Amino acid sequence: MQQRKNNTTAKSRTHAKNDPAAMQALLVGMTLLFFAGFIFMPLWLVFLQALGKGWQPYIDAIREPVALEALRLTLLTAAIVVPVNAVFGVTAAWAISKFSFKGKTLLVSLLDLPFAVSPVIAGLIFVLLLGSRTPLGSWLGDHGIKIIFATPGIVIATLFITFPFVARELIPLMEAQGRVEEEAAISLGAGGWRLFRMITLPNIGWGLIYGMVLCTARSIGEFGAVSVVSGHIRGMTNTIPLHVEILYSEYNYTASFAVASILVFLALVTIGVKTALEQRLEGSHNTRH
Amino acid sequence: MRLFSKKQRRILPGFGLSMGYTVFYLSAIVLVPLSTIVVSAFGIEPERFIAAVSSPRVLASYRLSLSSACFAALFDAGAGFLTAWTLTRYRFPGRRMLDAFVDLPFALPTAVAGICFAMLYSPAALPGQVLARFGIELANTPSGIVVALIFIGFPFVVRTVQPVIAELETEIEEAAQSLGATRWQTFRKILFPHLFPALLTGVTLAFARSIGEYGSVIFIAGNLPFRTEIAPLMIMSKLDQFDYDGASAVAFVLLLASFAILLLLNGVQRWQEKAYR
Repeated sequence: MQQRKNNTTAKSRTHAKNDPAAMQALLVGMTLLFFAGFIFMPLWLVFLQALGKGWQPYIDAIREPVALEALRLTLLTAAIVVPVNAVFGVTAAWAISKFSFKGKTLLVSLLDLPFAVSPVIAGLIFVLLLGSRTPLGSWLGDHGIKIIFATPGIVIATLFITFPFVARELIPLMEAQGRVEEEAAISLGAGGWRLFRMITLPNIGWGLIYGMVLCTARSIGEFGAVSVVSGHIRGMTNTIPLHVEILYSEYNYTASFAVASILVFLALVTIGVKTALEQRLEGSHNTRH
Repeated sequence: MRLFSKKQRRILPGFGLSMGYTVFYLSAIVLVPLSTIVVSAFGIEPERFIAAVSSPRVLASYRLSLSSACFAALFDAGAGFLTAWTLTRYRFPGRRMLDAFVDLPFALPTAVAGICFAMLYSPAALPGQVLARFGIELANTPSGIVVALIFIGFPFVVRTVQPVIAELETEIEEAAQSLGATRWQTFRKILFPHLFPALLTGVTLAFARSIGEYGSVIFIAGNLPFRTEIAPLMIMSKLDQFDYDGASAVAFVLLLASFAILLLLNGVQRWQEKAYR
């Protein structure tokens, strides 16, 4: 999904001469028109709606206790999900990129499975596995552990949704780097942990952060899967996107778009960080070869 | 050869541990939970399964999900190709910013996109009123669903086609033109066939994502039975009625469709690799 753009070199400047200026202007105009309608108009609408009645209703909507509770739950979920999936991503990338074994292709395609599943189905599978009417769910319920319609369910569903992000970012990066540096370190007597900390981690650092940024954005914004497992209990199992939905369906548009503007702001930050990291990753790639 | 690879395997530490954890975590978070759909769907008596997935309302939702995803993917093929072309080949002010904003549909939570499109094209907002004057109605119609899906699928096409356009070799174009081909002939006969496999991959990715999409669609769709109910919404409403068997049956068919598309994509990518050799 997240293929990084290739460096546009000086070569492509000469290309541009091939297309007549009028055609270039026409095509750029059409591109701008598409962006205006599909990308910038929705963004502009969020702030228009959120601030349409001035700053006070905007601040009130965000400072409402239910909204703050939703924000807390959203951040808590991200704080659990991102590190857990980052550790998994590094581990999986290590096994896949540094060793050869049978069934590697199958394993790599299994890692991408969550991207192929509808968010609603992602929620459904955990209701089927851990809901109170299943053997596992009722056993957990007897021991006082509630997963579905509670915070753990939201965390688990988000773990599933954001599962591939870090791994699929690191695998191609670590495969391109090969194992020469690590092997040299081992032959010089480095231990496993020292090898990882001094050689591997510095090499994959930016790629790891890149994957974690994508993982964070998705875990904050996930709607369908969380909607299925949350049970929509106000002030209890509401994340920010669910809170936006509830406000919207109550025709409380100003508050809905005010809370949504937090998510828009986070999305813009994500895009900014992503762009900066891509330039950095490209830079390190170029000096390496 | 085999001996060599075994020896190499032992140079670096941690294969057993990392492999073990990978397989364990993959099973616990993805494989075991996903298998519940299969177990649950096969646990239903065949007659009830067929009745659940072939009720007119569910069939209408499948048809709607497939057709709207198809129209959106076709539109994205055009818009995505155009954007990839202008961003890679031309220099104009604001190009870098547009390039960064291609990823907005990835970064923006689907629910936010959903309420934006629903609001924009409602009769209460200016864009909705302007379109209504031309007789185009998007709120609570299948066309509105297509609009939301165009947004969702757009970055898949751009980000798949862009690197291939950047790697096109000038020599081929120059050769074609020095042999007397017009610009349009060069594009149609030389460049486009070269870019087509990537375009097909991007469009398939957009299509696969669109079939399962929920958050960005349900607000503009209005969810009218038989008319604007998408398949994921059918799963949701069956769950709301505690019809777990029905939800599993509908989900099972949708999941099969997604996997079939991804298998197809795998085939396309293999063909793409061959085309570049």
